[in-house]
Amino acid sequence: MTSSALALSARSSRAFAQHPLVVRYAPVVTMVLALIAIWYVAAVAMNWPLVRDGFEREETPYTTMDVLAGTMDAERPLLPAPHQVVSTFLDGVFGYPPLAPRSLVYHSLVTLSATVLGFGLGALFGIALALMIVHSCVLERSLLPWIICSQMVPVLALAPIFIVVLGALGLHGLLPKSIISAYLCFFPIAIGMVKGLTSPDPLQLELMRTWSATPRQVLWKLRWPASVPYLFASLKVAITISLVGAIVAELPTGAEAGIGARLLSGSYYGQTIQLWAALVAAAVLASGLIGIVGLIEQSVARRMGAH
Amino acid sequence: MSPTPSSGQATSGVESVSLLDPTSVETAPRRRVVDAQNISLTFETADGRVDALSNVNLEVAEGEFVSFIGPSGCGKTTMLRVIADLQQPTSGTLLVNGMTAEQARLARAYGYVFQAPALFPWRTIEKNLKLPLEIMGYTEFEQQQRVQRYLSMVNLTGFERKFPWQLSGGMQQRVSIARALSFDPALLLMDEPFGALDEIVRDHLNEQLLHLWKSTGKTVLFVTHSIPEAVFLSTRIVVMSPRPGRIIDVIDCDFPVDRSLEIRETPEFMKVAQRVRNGLRAGHSYDE
Repeated sequence: MTSSALALSARSSRAFAQHPLVVRYAPVVTMVLALIAIWYVAAVAMNWPLVRDGFEREETPYTTMDVLAGTMDAERPLLPAPHQVVSTFLDGVFGYPPLAPRSLVYHSLVTLSATVLGFGLGALFGIALALMIVHSCVLERSLLPWIICSQMVPVLALAPIFIVVLGALGLHGLLPKSIISAYLCFFPIAIGMVKGLTSPDPLQLELMRTWSATPRQVLWKLRWPASVPYLFASLKVAITISLVGAIVAELPTGAEAGIGARLLSGSYYGQTIQLWAALVAAAVLASGLIGIVGLIEQSVARRMGAH
Repeated sequence: MSPTPSSGQATSGVESVSLLDPTSVETAPRRRVVDAQNISLTFETADGRVDALSNVNLEVAEGEFVSFIGPSGCGKTTMLRVIADLQQPTSGTLLVNGMTAEQARLARAYGYVFQAPALFPWRTIEKNLKLPLEIMGYTEFEQQQRVQRYLSMVNLTGFERKFPWQLSGGMQQRVSIARALSFDPALLLMDEPFGALDEIVRDHLNEQLLHLWKSTGKTVLFVTHSIPEAVFLSTRIVVMSPRPGRIIDVIDCDFPVDRSLEIRETPEFMKVAQRVRNGLRAGHSYDE
């Protein structure tokens, strides 16, 4: 290679390294690739004894390569390889009609409906609590300790109680799951909104006073708009928590459908690949929900003059 | 604005000057906008009692431009806040527009301008100006008219759709002045409105404010740290001193209504400024 060709390739590689897309996504892609590599190594290491014992039980001769290949496509591996999870996930999403009981889309929709309803209920409840707390010192002192206590009880312990009590009241299916989901997600919204509603500058509050604004006007024209950034920050936390809540609520009920049900049956029957595919579905769902909240946040922020 | 007594003339009373004095050249007494008698305000702090205001007497007639000047802690801002009913005096009587301070606030008798513009960042300039009008229940049509009128008064026509962060500090402060004027209060309370701005912008805004005062006939109470600013703008300068916060001198000045910044070079101006400085010095303001 001539020196000029070397210089050219050096220049083009520098141009590549400075390309905006590369600058933006290189760190993420590197991280993902590294994780996948670690995952493969771990899959080999964890599945090795399992596969080797299998060969020995059947008394077939085997080579190291045979065992290595076996760790990549075991039927019930301890840790499934990434490509196994991906193919099972894709099969679950596209391999069946969307509403078939084996379709991951169907199970995701079941969990999604409980998540969205729970998120809605939790957001309303959280905002209502924050409004009460901000407007009354008595309520702040009486409510806040209970709100914090409510989050110290593990939801896995509470969920069966909720289900039993609500079931006795004749509520089954979607609503009990949503209530458990709401129970978890109201908390960050209430705390975030208390902070947001008390965030206005003292000068802005005094201006409202000089105009002798009513408490309602102070709320709608000052406190509420000032709290919007806090609201979205807590909504983003809350939406993932309400998904977790909906999944957890599916566990003790022995639900027949939903991502939680898939996780449960996967772990009952040692279907680790199914278990992981359900996890991927939950992750995709969570990212999608956060993305939607983020998009709404952006459009609201633009209208409120963010720069 | 009709002229007040002669330029730079010392007033006999140390604490209070009334332009409603029967010997005044005015035949028909002008309405008293502020009438404060023996106002005292003490705070209890961890370090003991602080006398923010001690026996302050002040009478302001309609159409006056009164500046309060003095070092930090002399109570000039506190006095303004007491008049605005943002703080309550410990003792004394106070009438604003013939009402108690609270009644005056509820009647929206004054517009208040803080040192910071305190615009609402999520509202456009137009919407910021409309805010007090919305609160006071003006019709949409009236709001729109007033936005146009007061934006042009502070030379900001064309900035209706901008957000506050797109304007400079001086422009933002002009918006906040327009906002204080938008509901047409008879009294304008300004707490170091130009304190955070640079000298050139401040000069410019001083001229604009003088013009505004002249054309609207508002009564203005104006807190400042700057001697030239106080002398340039005021019909009367109230010199205050700390510990306890009190009035130590009241100086009349009646430069021509259509004065320009050049007046600051004249001997008359220097004389009044010197007297303000002497007053500040007598109050031990330069001790620290």
